[in-house]
Amino acid sequence: MSLLTTLARLEAVRGGRAEPLATVRHRHLSERPMVLVPLTSAGEDGAPLAVLLGTDRDAPVLHIVPQPLNRTLRSEFLADLAADLLPYLESFGDEVELVEGSEKDPETGAKSPVVRELCADAPQLVVPNTGGVRHLALLGRSTRFRRTAEDEDPGPFPAPARVPLLGRWLTHLAERSAVPGSSLLLPMTGLLARHWATGQSHLEDQHLAALLAWHAPPEGQTGAEAAERAETERNAEGRLVRPPAGPTTDPVFDTKVLAPAIARYDAAAAALREAEGPGGGDVAAARQAVRVSVDRLRAVLRAELLPAWHDVWHGLDLLRALPPAGHLAERWTGDRWSYTGHRDRLAAGEPPQPRVDDAVTAARKLAQREREQTRLDVQEALDDPLAMAEHRLSGEAFSGVVTEVVPDYDTTGRSPKPRPLVTVRTGDRPHADPGREVHRVRAAPGPEAGPAPAAQKAVIAAVDPEEGTVTVRVLSGMGRKKEPEPGSLPEPGERVTFTLFELTVRQAAPLPDPDDTPWTHGGPPGAVVTVLPAVTGTDSGTDTRTDARTDTGTGTAEDWE
Amino acid sequence: MSSTEQTSPTGDPGGPVADPPADPTPGAAADAAVARILEATVRPAVGAPRGVVVDSPPGAGKSTLVVRAARELVAAGERLMIVAQTNGQVDDLVDRLAAKAPDLTIGRLHAADARPGPEVLRHANVTPSDKVAELAELDVVISTSAKWQWVRTEQPWRHAIVDEAYQMRSDALLAVARLFERALFVGDPGQLDPFTVVGTEQWAGLSYDPSGSAVVTLLAHNPQIRPHRLPVSWRLPASAAPLISGAFYPFTPFRSGTGPGDRQLTAAVRPDGSALDAAIDRAAEHGWALLELPARHTVRTDPQAVAAVAATVRRLLDRGLTAHSEQGSTPLTADRVAVGTAHRDQAAAVRAALTKVGVPVDGAAGPAVTVDTANRLQGREYDVTVVLHPLSGRPDATAFHLETGRLCVLASRHRHACIVVARAGIAELLDEHPATEPVQLGVPVAFPDGWEANHRVLHHLSGHRVRLGRS
Repeated sequence: MSLLTTLARLEAVRGGRAEPLATVRHRHLSERPMVLVPLTSAGEDGAPLAVLLGTDRDAPVLHIVPQPLNRTLRSEFLADLAADLLPYLESFGDEVELVEGSEKDPETGAKSPVVRELCADAPQLVVPNTGGVRHLALLGRSTRFRRTAEDEDPGPFPAPARVPLLGRWLTHLAERSAVPGSSLLLPMTGLLARHWATGQSHLEDQHLAALLAWHAPPEGQTGAEAAERAETERNAEGRLVRPPAGPTTDPVFDTKVLAPAIARYDAAAAALREAEGPGGGDVAAARQAVRVSVDRLRAVLRAELLPAWHDVWHGLDLLRALPPAGHLAERWTGDRWSYTGHRDRLAAGEPPQPRVDDAVTAARKLAQREREQTRLDVQEALDDPLAMAEHRLSGEAFSGVVTEVVPDYDTTGRSPKPRPLVTVRTGDRPHADPGREVHRVRAAPGPEAGPAPAAQKAVIAAVDPEEGTVTVRVLSGMGRKKEPEPGSLPEPGERVTFTLFELTVRQAAPLPDPDDTPWTHGGPPGAVVTVLPAVTGTDSGTDTRTDARTDTGTGTAEDWE
Repeated sequence: MSSTEQTSPTGDPGGPVADPPADPTPGAAADAAVARILEATVRPAVGAPRGVVVDSPPGAGKSTLVVRAARELVAAGERLMIVAQTNGQVDDLVDRLAAKAPDLTIGRLHAADARPGPEVLRHANVTPSDKVAELAELDVVISTSAKWQWVRTEQPWRHAIVDEAYQMRSDALLAVARLFERALFVGDPGQLDPFTVVGTEQWAGLSYDPSGSAVVTLLAHNPQIRPHRLPVSWRLPASAAPLISGAFYPFTPFRSGTGPGDRQLTAAVRPDGSALDAAIDRAAEHGWALLELPARHTVRTDPQAVAAVAATVRRLLDRGLTAHSEQGSTPLTADRVAVGTAHRDQAAAVRAALTKVGVPVDGAAGPAVTVDTANRLQGREYDVTVVLHPLSGRPDATAFHLETGRLCVLASRHRHACIVVARAGIAELLDEHPATEPVQLGVPVAFPDGWEANHRVLHHLSGHRVRLGRS
């Protein structure tokens, strides 16, 4: 935690309200986000219980699994979810812009121009917390390899047609959410915690209702009191007034409300089976009893989910009040490429994402995430004085007023090159040893600002802590002539910022093709199997095609109908 | 730093490997190990694995081994590439190799914007370049793994040496492995693991986890490789080797190359009765001292602890200490002293405090005390070190501060003595913070964990405690 964040948290404690950590919004927010609040059944991470979703805050759609351990019902739930989610996800795929680029021939290295499609916009899912992101990833993992009736060998338990497709989309969105600065799938708690500090711990910040309580505590209450109330207040039945925002449920709700309602459904379903069986009975009445029990379940689950639903929309309101940061469009373009790429892979009929990444893919993803993390840190600092202040406080940047510009020249070459000295008066204390490279922050680029000015590098020439001045020798960004281009150097009296970190992101080194994986990493995938046991979490769904067979086989034993 | 890591000049590496006697002298044991390694590297048996891995404890002659292996491979008619991890390591290695083997032609491949240091450029047999094509015909080409990843060449090397291989990330090895057929991997498994700033749980448990260590991946995919070990630390004194070996290398023990009386520190100036002098005398006699400040939660750059570190260093230099060792007697000058910290801001604070008491810290202006973080002190060697304990004054013990490698690096840089400066209460802090990281399936359990190793070092230090009164 940086010094500035610590200070903001202390001030939040003292003021009793959330303190801003940013002056601008650092994540893209869609005009038409899909909010999704999922619940799982207790003790069964892979068994979805319900989901409340939609793009209209006044018209959430509820899907439930009346008996979460019943895999037929789970399949129906997933089909319903796919029917709601896929049209939304696919609706961004039609409107495209054409982007000219070049393609390198792998054989000859010759570059040829290509025109590629880039979707004009992309979907955005917002869930309450990181648990929601993990849950969607798990759903993706457990459904993307399922076989359907359309498969050549559908197996004994084919999944509804669009379920594997849903799994592939969810997998893609969850993967993308691991890329720093991406905005296709966002947890609301993470969004709020990036932009405001509360006076509670990071762990407590995972509770969406408690986090929001710091923003608008009721009259006469501090944020801490309001947050504690959000976490602990119970009604006459002993249930939490603000239930956890999924995917886990309040245990008191589970035992007092959910379990009896599911038991009633189980009994009604058993009665229906008996009525339909050889003994016979009143099938219509039994059907009606099942419908009533399902309606009862829907009512209690909707009531349990609605507070979190409203909280997520409330959070979006708070974030939308912040002006967007300058680099948002650039990062969102990355998300659009990611979305377009997945759309194209689906259209090309490529197989689902593999169960685990091969060595080269894993290294490539890690390199991408590290690069994006660096880019995000730099862009946030450029977009937001508060973010830059953190770097200034840690000695990684300094801001001040130019007091003097002295022309000087490097005469070692054939023609003299300008190497002027710029002195900056600053209250900052950078870790600036003479000879250290620094980078000048130029006007923030934006669509209306025209092309960004050339990058400008300098080295520290002298530091005078007594006077509070730093003198740098400018090395580049002054044009190619003997004298610096007009306007390329700061004038005395001008406010400037230099950073000790680079303002551009270095390219990642090339990696071999997966088919050329070297001997140190086990050779090409599939050649020698050195995969350790499956690595994450419980998974009651299916993972691979081979697993699918055994899994659906054992599934029947668990089915309650 | 000096190039004091050594192997005894006896053993003939070309000759047959004799069975070592039951309890060989340190020199004989080390020579036998080196001979086996060179044999496996230079003259591999038919069907032998393509990699040779050498685990080396601190100061066990790793660099000397690299130099010898390079000479022998070139003598056998091979072109050789060497991969190190940082520019500092590469420059050190080039300097050492060029001095020890003036007959070799050495290429120092560097990035376009990072010229090698003066210690490299002073050698006539070293050619620096940022283009590999200009170096391709030389006997040895040395660069960082980051630079090697960009090299495109039509003629791969047959042999490579990967130095500090445990610090190399698996994804870096993935990118450079296409450049060579066989490789000697040398490194210290007890030092800091490679790291990344982004989440990697997704790959935890995979044999090729890209954020893991290159050696771990290599061994997982080539189970027939049996790592060699260097059994003797020439750097660590007899007072330090058993503690470091037991705390950080419990399954691969090593011993010191020198006996209990072989290393001595003597002072020309009598102690003035202060706690600082008591700590210095304690360290001179026993190899360790714990200078303990009263318990207190502090900011990271604890001004009192930083001042205590600076005062200790000042006093070390003022008392005219002489270091007596198997290499002779040398006065303890500023360049033979280092201060180690966990964080960069602590190092900056110590540097400022040292400047204030008149101790030189800028190496460019003459002999100076080195002040740096554990990450940057890796591979370095000094006569006396002063360490600001990573957990001093902290209200919590995070995984970063508990990492075994961090403490191991800080406590194993010295040839004579190590003085640890810390707030009281670290043992209680450790007990309040057992490791709580989630267990990932398939990930080998690091043992001993930082908690255990910290306790063990602390327990040993508590026998050499000197309390610094409330200031």
